[in-house]
Amino acid sequence: MLTYGLTEEQEMIKEVARKIAEEKIRPFSAQWDEHDEHPASAVEAMAQSDLFGVCIPEAYGGMGGGLMDLCIATEEIARVDGGVSTVYAASFLGLLPILIDGTEEQKKKYLTRLASGKSLAAFGLTEPEAGSDAANVQLTAVKDGDYYILNGVKHFISNGGVADIYTIVAQTNKSKGARGISMFIVEKDHPGFTFGKKEDKLGIRASQTRELIFQDCRVHKDQLIGGKEGRGFMTVMKTFDHSRPGVAAQAVGVAQGAYELAVAYAHERKQFNQAISSFQGIQWMLADMAMKTEAARSLLYSVARMVDRGESGVSPYSAMAKCYCSDVAMEVTTNAVQIFGGYGYIKEYPIEKFMRDAKIYQIYEGTNQIQRTIVALQLIKEFSK
Amino acid sequence: MANIRVITDKCVGCSVCMRGCPVQAIKMVDRKAVIDLDVCTLCGACVSACKFEAIAIERANAGTPAKDLEAYKGVWVFGEQRNGEIVSVVFELLGKARELAADRNTYVGVMFIGDGIKDKAQELIYRGADKVFVVEDEALKHYTTENYTAAVTDLVGKYKPEIILAGATTTGRSLVSRIAISLYAGLTADCTQLHIDKEKGILVQTRPAFGGNIMAQIISPNYRPQMATVRHKVMPEAPRDESRKGEIIDEPFDTAKTDRRMKFLDFVKEAIATVNISEADIIVSGGRGMGGPENFKLLEELADAMGGAVGASRAAIDAGWLPYSHQVGQTGRTVCPKIYIACGISGQIQHLVGMQSSDTIIAINKDPDAPIFKVADYGIVGDVMKVIPLLIREIKKVKSA
Amino acid sequence: MNIVVCIKQVPDTTDVRIDPKTNTLIREGVQSIINPFDMYAIEEAIRLKERFGGMATVITMGPPQAADALREAISMGIDEAIHLSDRAFAGSDTWATSLILAKAIEKMGSVDLVICGKQATDGDTAQVGPGIAAHLDLPQATYVRRVDSVHMDTVPRIMVVERLLEEGYEIMELQLPALITVVKEVNEPRLPSLKGKMKARKAEIPVWGNKDLQIPEHQVGLKGSPTQVVKIFTPPQKEGGKVFTGEPEQTVAGLVAEIKDIL
Repeated sequence: MLTYGLTEEQEMIKEVARKIAEEKIRPFSAQWDEHDEHPASAVEAMAQSDLFGVCIPEAYGGMGGGLMDLCIATEEIARVDGGVSTVYAASFLGLLPILIDGTEEQKKKYLTRLASGKSLAAFGLTEPEAGSDAANVQLTAVKDGDYYILNGVKHFISNGGVADIYTIVAQTNKSKGARGISMFIVEKDHPGFTFGKKEDKLGIRASQTRELIFQDCRVHKDQLIGGKEGRGFMTVMKTFDHSRPGVAAQAVGVAQGAYELAVAYAHERKQFNQAISSFQGIQWMLADMAMKTEAARSLLYSVARMVDRGESGVSPYSAMAKCYCSDVAMEVTTNAVQIFGGYGYIKEYPIEKFMRDAKIYQIYEGTNQIQRTIVALQLIKEFSK
Repeated sequence: MANIRVITDKCVGCSVCMRGCPVQAIKMVDRKAVIDLDVCTLCGACVSACKFEAIAIERANAGTPAKDLEAYKGVWVFGEQRNGEIVSVVFELLGKARELAADRNTYVGVMFIGDGIKDKAQELIYRGADKVFVVEDEALKHYTTENYTAAVTDLVGKYKPEIILAGATTTGRSLVSRIAISLYAGLTADCTQLHIDKEKGILVQTRPAFGGNIMAQIISPNYRPQMATVRHKVMPEAPRDESRKGEIIDEPFDTAKTDRRMKFLDFVKEAIATVNISEADIIVSGGRGMGGPENFKLLEELADAMGGAVGASRAAIDAGWLPYSHQVGQTGRTVCPKIYIACGISGQIQHLVGMQSSDTIIAINKDPDAPIFKVADYGIVGDVMKVIPLLIREIKKVKSA
Repeated sequence: MNIVVCIKQVPDTTDVRIDPKTNTLIREGVQSIINPFDMYAIEEAIRLKERFGGMATVITMGPPQAADALREAISMGIDEAIHLSDRAFAGSDTWATSLILAKAIEKMGSVDLVICGKQATDGDTAQVGPGIAAHLDLPQATYVRRVDSVHMDTVPRIMVVERLLEEGYEIMELQLPALITVVKEVNEPRLPSLKGKMKARKAEIPVWGNKDLQIPEHQVGLKGSPTQVVKIFTPPQKEGGKVFTGEPEQTVAGLVAEIKDIL
């Protein structure tokens, strides 16, 4: 592989994540996929190895690393199972609002639990009528003395039902539009908060996706992230700046895992008295897969490092990373299936799962169409006078 | 200090030694082998590998001189018993002991330790013992290392046997490891071959290492007794001859030496394992290729039809299809039955080391390239779920004919 | 509770191959790992320490690269490590090795429990654990598959363990200090954690040689070893036998014809 000058600590994270992926995830990957099962044992192994604390500050029991460290861990897990990496990345997505905008008490209360991996988080933004149009959330949070009453529905929520801590995007003041949106922390089993149906998905099936239902759910104002109304939209945008590279990391991992399997297969499979890897057509396919994966990774790492340096203006670049890496993953996994030929279409072989898993990365956390729009608008702003 | 050196005049720089060194202690410098003494463990692999005899180990045989080696006579066997029943490996050891004793012109003795076991001593004589030393005491009813060690140490001190053999059972191995220290004696575990070097008058012990990929020959020329453990079913049982005569000698147990730091509380027989696979002559084993726990019923049927036991590879045990007592392999049990049938087992080295010395190995696997076929005497490439039912049918036919 | 775990670094058996030309083991690029059974010993030590408080130390006797094994143990959660290394120790058989380890444990002082893996996958003798117990005159329990209970506040302090035997398991009571050797059934070893790996990286591991242990020269190394290896050879390779392919009816018939006499 191309080397990226990782620090010793980053190499360690990579090693630990890979070991868990190979020993605790790979043997069960097919089973979790087939049965739509939450990978509890993998989550426990990851928690025990401190992977959930990778980018949480040391003050809250984490390792104090940055987005780059998170991406390295995420990629190693995705290389073996895109569904399990979604569980990992989605928990991170869920805690980002607290990390970005939480009060000190909120950070202390929740980040420590999340760093230990004893609890998972989930991010509740998407609604049936508010997908790409994120500002159009209909879930309301009406103030009532020291409380807010939440009413509404979220759907397609990753880690829904398995997470203990949910960060929910709600409308606190309709008249203010985007400035009338706030975020709340609601815990599982809180009165008025229940789960709806579990989605039966094409891919990333180890990740549980559920509806969240809020019916007169009373939460204390201490649960309002940042302690002030109207900060929600900015928090969501900043959250995505950090979480989109995480999606990109998953995509790069899935692409990497797929093309490793494809190369190994091409070497073993013999037709016309030779390994198919000796055919130029296959060789060129493999070369393209490798090149695109490295290019995707390079873009991702550059963006992650930019975020870690604390620079402003990262949004279009996070968008680029997410969009490009997920497109690469789709292409690489599809070609990997192609290289496996007929066997690539059969569930007994692991490759078809990679293709099914890859598709989601082009869709969630902002469809690639939205990502492109973000990039384009930024270009126009920057380069037109 | 012991020394290993390269005889540079003989060294041709072929680097065979370098490639065979287990700890990578050898480098080639200017086409001559150079050994890093800080890394070298003096295992001797390079000495064997070198075709030019260019490496030599000088084994300085200093050390606490064994006092009066010539006074040590007799080939002894540890007569292990459990609940008053003699463990069958003892009969195998007696067979070998008679051979060794003949070569050394000496007698065969058995240490028989326990409580209320004396009536079984005669059986040991029928199987080849010339003398049976019986040590009985309540404290010895159940095996505890410390008490048995005390009893053996006293016997050895009194009678000075030159060789002691014990079965490589959990008891045997624990006991002799401990005795070897208190007697300052050499002990070799899991020997597959034992013979006397008549010239030197010493026991030569051959055993596998590195999981059976290498065989090592070991001696303890300067220490007595020379001790060895042997795995079950490696050596043939001694024949039973009721006309044999021998001596049964009562030896007291020095109760002052009773060690109360260990107490036996209870024994729980494993409910699920109906046949101890270490004892079985025929083992039918299943691996990941069996697909699931429900399919092991087929293996049970096949084992029943053949009068054998069911084993499993680590993959099947880790998946929870069978309890650990059925595991065959490096971290499970080592078996050497007459027939070992590996079903849906790929043949990873960690499994092979647990069964590769079986007399006849049969493999059934749908992958023709599975490594198991390399060690199998017979193999069938096919789907276990289709092959095994047919095999059961055919074997039942043969057995009833 | 003060626990010592004795571990050994061994070659990874999966990688061990025979060179067909020279008939010896190929060791190039063969990884060194912690002896698999010792992983269970390490894990059990960590679990007991978590339950009863105290400290767990890992020791090994081996060449300089054995320090990697010690660091791996620390990354799993062991507190400290000691490396026993000295040219004088080279060539030690199990008698001398167990003496060296025993002397080191003695030097450490106030040890409540010594845990070893059942056996090492290169030597396969299972002698060092009991050997250490003998040198230190500790009660021992081998093939421990479970630690049922530990009573640190009674006098004498005791431990109840289950030993895995051929036909079932035995329950025994041991007085502390004691030594146990463990089998695979005892636990599931954890993977190293990031915090653990960082600690392992920074850990200072003292190296003790014979000047620290002061064992008489004639009791270590080749001189101290009652047994000597005189020859190493590879066993005759199995050629690979008769393989039947085709329809199950035929293959089964073929096989049964071959083996019916030994059934």
